[in-house]
Amino acid sequence: MLRFNMTLLLVLVVCALALVTSQHRARKLFQELEREQERARQLDVEYGQLQLEMSTWATHPRIEKIARDRLHMLAPDAAGRPLVTVAGKPVGGR
Amino acid sequence: MVVRRRPQRGHRYTESPVLELALQGWRSRMVGLLLMAALLALVARAFYLQVINNDFLQEKGDSRYRRDIEVSASRGKIVDRHGDMLAVSTPMKSVWAIPGDARTMTAEQKRQLAELLEMSVRDLDGKIAAEKTFVYVRRQISPETGERIAALKLPGIHQEKEYRRFYPAADMTAHIVGFTGVDDKGLEGVELALQPSLLGRPGSRTVIRDRRGNIIEDVGATRPPQDGKEIRLALDSKIQYLAYSQLKATVEQHKAKAGGAVVIDARTGEILALANWPTYNPNNRQKLSGAQLRNRAITDTYEPGSVMKPFIAALALDRGKLAVNTVINTAPGRMTIGKATISDSHPHDALTVAQVIQKSSNIGTAKIALGFTPREMWDLFDKLGFGQEPNLGFPGEVGGRLRPWKNWRPIEQATMSYGHGIAVSLIQMARAYTVFANDGELMPLSLLRVDEAPVRGVPVFSQQTVREMRLMLEMAVQPEGTAPRARVAGYRVGGKTGTAYKIEGGVYARKYISSFVGIAPVSDPRLVIAVMVDEPSVGGHYGGDVAGPAFSNIAAGALRTLGIPPDAALQVAAGVSDKGPL
Repeated sequence: MLRFNMTLLLVLVVCALALVTSQHRARKLFQELEREQERARQLDVEYGQLQLEMSTWATHPRIEKIARDRLHMLAPDAAGRPLVTVAGKPVGGR
Repeated sequence: MVVRRRPQRGHRYTESPVLELALQGWRSRMVGLLLMAALLALVARAFYLQVINNDFLQEKGDSRYRRDIEVSASRGKIVDRHGDMLAVSTPMKSVWAIPGDARTMTAEQKRQLAELLEMSVRDLDGKIAAEKTFVYVRRQISPETGERIAALKLPGIHQEKEYRRFYPAADMTAHIVGFTGVDDKGLEGVELALQPSLLGRPGSRTVIRDRRGNIIEDVGATRPPQDGKEIRLALDSKIQYLAYSQLKATVEQHKAKAGGAVVIDARTGEILALANWPTYNPNNRQKLSGAQLRNRAITDTYEPGSVMKPFIAALALDRGKLAVNTVINTAPGRMTIGKATISDSHPHDALTVAQVIQKSSNIGTAKIALGFTPREMWDLFDKLGFGQEPNLGFPGEVGGRLRPWKNWRPIEQATMSYGHGIAVSLIQMARAYTVFANDGELMPLSLLRVDEAPVRGVPVFSQQTVREMRLMLEMAVQPEGTAPRARVAGYRVGGKTGTAYKIEGGVYARKYISSFVGIAPVSDPRLVIAVMVDEPSVGGHYGGDVAGPAFSNIAAGALRTLGIPPDAALQVAAGVSDKGPL
């Protein structure tokens, strides 16, 4: 009887220690998860900022200015726009 | 007293002489009782703490490591039909101080902080000299600067997260997108109209923090944050740019007071562009005037003038009262109805119905209109959406003015047929012209991108009528028409000019509103474009001279942007200069 009780006690202690360890590990993992989620949020914010930057660089007035002034581009006149047809029908439209 | 027996040698354990010591009975009972009492006290205390006072203590315990934290949600983006950013929120930092604590900063610390905040040490001193417990030092600084300030670990200086809204397209889309005020509240435009869907819902979670402030466990319920919805407008930012830049150039060229331009997709009723001048930069709203803020195309009404004429002609064709080549005598260019006399700016003789539209004869139109009862005309205007709000859900939409038909006098009926005595907004006018751009249906307008096709409108005219009307509108941009300068190289376009007197204090002043509303291409209309210029003062005032070229440039650019194949032989376009934007 005594021996059985001792065994149970031992099992109890082992279980208790296992519980503590697993709790600790769970918390460690949770912290890691938190960190990664925070990083994801940061990246999200950065993505937004980069999108903002991109659209600021790509505003139409800026593109037109560069195309005209720096690259000396011109819109082709009507004669300079050949029309490609497939089976007699013009190609185009989105 | 202890009674000792004589010690024995070699006794067994149970016979230990110590055990044989006998206590006096009352002492052992006394100890037993005391121990019992102590045990009872402990049990009672335990009962008190564990059962009776449990809630209070649990709460106290929780408050030492449990925290409710709010998870912020961001406001939805606004993008154009192709996904280009029009409005986006990004987190910023605001620096605030507890002045009492902040005054303990050393001179060196103050200098560093002032430098990072791009302000003078004197201004900083001024802020923290306040006898308050909270003062903003500087709002909305970049997160990087915020981090560098946090690294200085200054006493009494704190930061909080804020969102700031940016508008990359700035003044170009200011009126349609609008802007938000503090606290992410939409104040104008789409930001206001779609505030409920744009607004995010912050989430919340309950967590356990350790000594260092790290979150170590989620407990209880968590509510994930809901970011605001992304709003995809019908706007095409390239066409918007075309409309905006052309409108701006036109207003400046003619030294006009204001202007508006609207481009609508004829098949879906989507608003591809909506520009107003003057405008403002929503990123920097320090000096704003009411004139800049006004979204004229939607909130202002004007008397449209001759732009109205094609509707009456179409009604006459539709009812079979007249044919395209029925001749109407407009000589001598004057006509008296009741006490009033109406006239043509250029007198003509006999004109066919088509020529009445092409040359924009007031007399001809009035004669057509007088063939109808007021009720019939009112019904037409009503079907075309005049007098009703266009139901865009846009702030400040107006319905214009269309008086009840019961008290129309014949002269009013005549003037209304050529667009006086009736007030409409530019967007209403553009919408009304969608009847000519499809099979005679008035399309519902949409601010948002429409994906489910086809969109059906409300039928107003028959297909046959509409086909004839398109040819009439095309005639107006021929050399003999009122708007030869509205032609587009390589495409067949059609439209109608409007040159209306403005009313000032109840009388018509010598100030004009020049407009042009057209469709393109005529063979298979895809776009309805309306341009309106308020009080042009230099370089003519006729709709064909002022708004016509702007229409031409916007149409040329938009048709090319959309990849719509040309439907006209090139020689038709010869002589039309092609100075459209890239």
